[in-house]
Amino acid sequence: MLADKDRIFTNIYGWHDAGLAGAKKRGDWDNTAAILARGHDDVVEEMKASGLRGRGGAGFPTGLKWSFMPKEVGNRPHYLVVNADESEPGTCKDRDIIRHEPHKLLEGCLVAGFAMRAHAAYIYIRGEFVNEARRLQSAIEEAYDAGLLGPNAAGSGWKFDIYLHRGAGAYICGEETALLESLEGKKGQPRLKPPFPAGVGLYGCPTTVNNVESIAVAPTILRRGGAWFAGLGKDNNTGTKLFCISGHVNKPCNVEEEMGIPLKELIEKHAGGVRGGWDNLLAIIPGGSSTPLMPKDVCETMTMDFDALRAAGTGLGTAGIIVMDKSTDIVRAISRLSYFYKHESCGQCTPCREGTGWMWRMMDRLVRGEAEQHEIDTLEQVTRQVEGHTICALGDAAAWPIQGLIKHFRPEIERRIKAHQAMIQAAE
Amino acid sequence: MPKLTVNGVEVEVEAGATVLQACEEAGVEIPRFCYHERLSIAGNCRMCLVDMERAPKPIASCAMPAGDGMVISTETDRVKKAREGVMEFLLVNHPLDCPICDQGGECDLQDQAMGYGFDESRYQENKRAVSEKQMGPLIKTVMTRCIHCTRCVRFSTEVAGIPELGAIGRGESVEITTYLEKTLASELSANVIDLCPVGALTSRPYAFVARPWELTKVESVDVTDAQGSNIRVDARGAQVLRVLPRLNEQVNEEWISDKARYAIDGLRRQRLDRPYLRGADGRLHPASWNDAFDAIAKVMKKARPAQMGAIAGDQVDAEALFALKSLFDKIGSPHIDCRQDGAKLNARQRSSYLFNSTIEGIDTADALLIIGSNPRIEAPVMNARIRKRYLNNRIPVAHLGPEAELTYPVSYLGDEIDVLTKIAAGKHPFAKIMKSAKRPMIIVGMGALRRADAGAIQGLLRELSDKVGVVTADWNGYNVLHTAAGRVAGLDMGFVPGKGGLDVDGMLKAAYAGDMKLVWLLGADEIDTTKLENSFTIYQGHHGDKGATVADVVLPGAAFTEKEGLYVNFEGRVQMTQRATFPPGEAKEDWAIIRALSDRLSSSLPFDSHAAVRAALVAAVPHFGNIGEIKPARWVKFGRTGALKSDAVQAGLSQFYMTCAMSRASETMAECYRAADQNSAEMAAE
Repeated sequence: MLADKDRIFTNIYGWHDAGLAGAKKRGDWDNTAAILARGHDDVVEEMKASGLRGRGGAGFPTGLKWSFMPKEVGNRPHYLVVNADESEPGTCKDRDIIRHEPHKLLEGCLVAGFAMRAHAAYIYIRGEFVNEARRLQSAIEEAYDAGLLGPNAAGSGWKFDIYLHRGAGAYICGEETALLESLEGKKGQPRLKPPFPAGVGLYGCPTTVNNVESIAVAPTILRRGGAWFAGLGKDNNTGTKLFCISGHVNKPCNVEEEMGIPLKELIEKHAGGVRGGWDNLLAIIPGGSSTPLMPKDVCETMTMDFDALRAAGTGLGTAGIIVMDKSTDIVRAISRLSYFYKHESCGQCTPCREGTGWMWRMMDRLVRGEAEQHEIDTLEQVTRQVEGHTICALGDAAAWPIQGLIKHFRPEIERRIKAHQAMIQAAE
Repeated sequence: MPKLTVNGVEVEVEAGATVLQACEEAGVEIPRFCYHERLSIAGNCRMCLVDMERAPKPIASCAMPAGDGMVISTETDRVKKAREGVMEFLLVNHPLDCPICDQGGECDLQDQAMGYGFDESRYQENKRAVSEKQMGPLIKTVMTRCIHCTRCVRFSTEVAGIPELGAIGRGESVEITTYLEKTLASELSANVIDLCPVGALTSRPYAFVARPWELTKVESVDVTDAQGSNIRVDARGAQVLRVLPRLNEQVNEEWISDKARYAIDGLRRQRLDRPYLRGADGRLHPASWNDAFDAIAKVMKKARPAQMGAIAGDQVDAEALFALKSLFDKIGSPHIDCRQDGAKLNARQRSSYLFNSTIEGIDTADALLIIGSNPRIEAPVMNARIRKRYLNNRIPVAHLGPEAELTYPVSYLGDEIDVLTKIAAGKHPFAKIMKSAKRPMIIVGMGALRRADAGAIQGLLRELSDKVGVVTADWNGYNVLHTAAGRVAGLDMGFVPGKGGLDVDGMLKAAYAGDMKLVWLLGADEIDTTKLENSFTIYQGHHGDKGATVADVVLPGAAFTEKEGLYVNFEGRVQMTQRATFPPGEAKEDWAIIRALSDRLSSSLPFDSHAAVRAALVAAVPHFGNIGEIKPARWVKFGRTGALKSDAVQAGLSQFYMTCAMSRASETMAECYRAADQNSAEMAAE
């Protein structure tokens, strides 16, 4: 279990002052100029050494991502874009960071922006986060007033501005290139890659898009050293992470823990255990709605890190853990997720546009068993036809939950089909 | 130049090429729907997925830049599965109503479904239905068939320059529509019909008219403007049913204007299908060719040569012009003119009336001054080329004339001709811009050249051209934008007043005064016909328009789809129309009518066949023999010095849809005219 001294988010529950004075007491904005004085490349190297992997879901090494930005600023300015469009069902970590630790994010913007030679950061915040946007805006204003942002940010001599942009409530705008499109005032549809944002990003300029949590942990890592962060967690899955535990647990919560913590321990220690006891567990979605679910026997020994979950055919994603006990209608639950993806598909590319609707409609029938047995295979094939064939990862995200369901709960689906057929026969 | 391997074949492609282009280079066909080489890359249909070595997923070949050392395979199991998958997705919500779809037989989806589709559907759910969208009188929509390739959206935004077409909604509820379902306000709008790979956007006037395999197809050129867009004329029996663009990089790429495409229904209306004679009761009565010729011969034999004149219209082919000119030469009348709008163009100074840079030259121009023209309505396809140049290089464009929306930003210089004096004197900021440009271009339209002071304007432009380097050793950016398809041919062969001859204005004045006994209108309708009441008027042409109503004799001719005729476009490019149908009724090819009449006048013309006319024409003006080519013009002195008049500068045309006898007879064009009118009224109300 993570020791209190190693916690990064010491006010994640909002027990203390979220404002600048409170944040400073907790160590934020403490001599930020000294971090910047180490130079652009040193900051990037330190981040690389920490082994931090992006907290938005894909788990790409953050320091490496920063290093992709051009080393010289040409005639196009560099931009940092922070993805605060947290919309993945089951995930609510960025929201609490913005609510209770906004200055960690702002300071992170400064150091990250400095590292990638950007003078401006855009924070794209989910439209539904109305109060969070207000809180963040007032934090930005506080920081400007205190000289922590602006022409000489935190006395470092580096000019840095942060702009807050509110989204309009589309899940797809959390995809980094769709986010950039939306930020530019266009329809939020993912761009084709290549070119990647580090080459051609916001307004055609080199841009890095990072998750809120990835940015918010950066100042602490740089203060305490990459080695400290790398010393926590497991190899290749270092540091601490905010886990969001929701669903059928006694005490749903956000909690910062070490990477690689056993799932069972995480739930028992922090979330008060599964409702009705561990044995009442049916399945867990480990990383937000797009990751395939795991049945109880897999959960038993699972550790919460990128590699272990990947090996089990699922993923850490955003670490939004959705716990489902035996009262759950598992087919209905996944069908609801299919509806979500059908609703949120941007409609740009064929497999996702047509596939999400098809998958949802089939899932909807499977809930009631109104199908033939062979349609389970058809559904499986349709998910494979979507997966990997789309412009962005939304197609994959729509396909995976269904694949997880069929992999682990096929007998349940078959049972419903049989029951339904029996009912029809009886009626006849 | 990256080298890559496609299915084991090594190919080298130009830098910047895509994997799809590399595959084509290697002779491998890649199925696609959204990709179109003249539009930006969307990469959204996912049909073109191929395998790339070391890539975890198949890649969209249309969007992936070809890189050195790439190894591409298109025949792996994964690619096959991906294509089949995408095809199945495209079909699940496609209505498969091919039997009642006008795209049937020329549908990309139909064709590719044959290659990549399953033979039965696994889709058990209800299909999506989408309400039709109102896009005006030309484009019929069946949006349920739409596969969301966004070609139409990209065309209207990028090429046509009217961002009024777009997608609303998301996911499977995405719908392509125009802004508030208004008519597309573009002269190029119907090109989206060709671009649409399925039957979502089809031709409204052509709806349910014919299947593609029933049509005979003839390669021809458009005559509704002076650009000479290459077209294909599709006919069935005696009717021209549709016109489609033909690829010609040098002229129209693969676009045509809405008028070129849809004015053809005018060919079925108001046609002159037999000779007419004006009777004693003042009305036109059907007559035989013999009677008509007798009546003409009677007048012509009585009149002195100097009392006869000929005016040629805007869409006359070179053979007819040449035949009439030969006839008038033979009878000794100098009064012939092909400039019915009164344009002051000197036929002996060829560089003063050509679009010297050629249309392709626009692609390298780096500053543009437009005077007295609205290229958007006078030559919409050429205007799209200017827009393309603007998009690629943001070239500065200045516009002198009535204010107009040209689909690219211009610095508007007002409509006072004094501005030109200032530019020519180097006292205007745009003169500096032109001076610093490497390939400055001037486009001067009929709005400037038909003014009384056109000579002085030409003089100023000639001076300006020399001053700012419009003409250099390898560049001539002095361009005249004609609006009449037959004009350059007429000028090239000298269908202008001879020694002591009167121009159109002079002829009309003389006719009104009673000094002109006979006026021959060869397809000329855009003149003041009220001036002709005191003379014997012959109208030879294909439509009962203004000219025919005042005529004493009507000789029915052939329209451009009914004859083989040479036309020279504004660049000076010689092109040829071909016969798609026969002229209606007793109508004849125009050169043949003149040839036949010449016998009656005992001044028989020396040609008996179309080939012989053509040969005589080529003998007189050799460059008519080089079809498809331009004979460049030597840069000569032209224009004169003189005072300018203070009148406001006009454009060559004031509206697009109804500009010739054919388009005035066209119901479709009339509808477009109304729709455009309503559109602008609504816009003004907003």
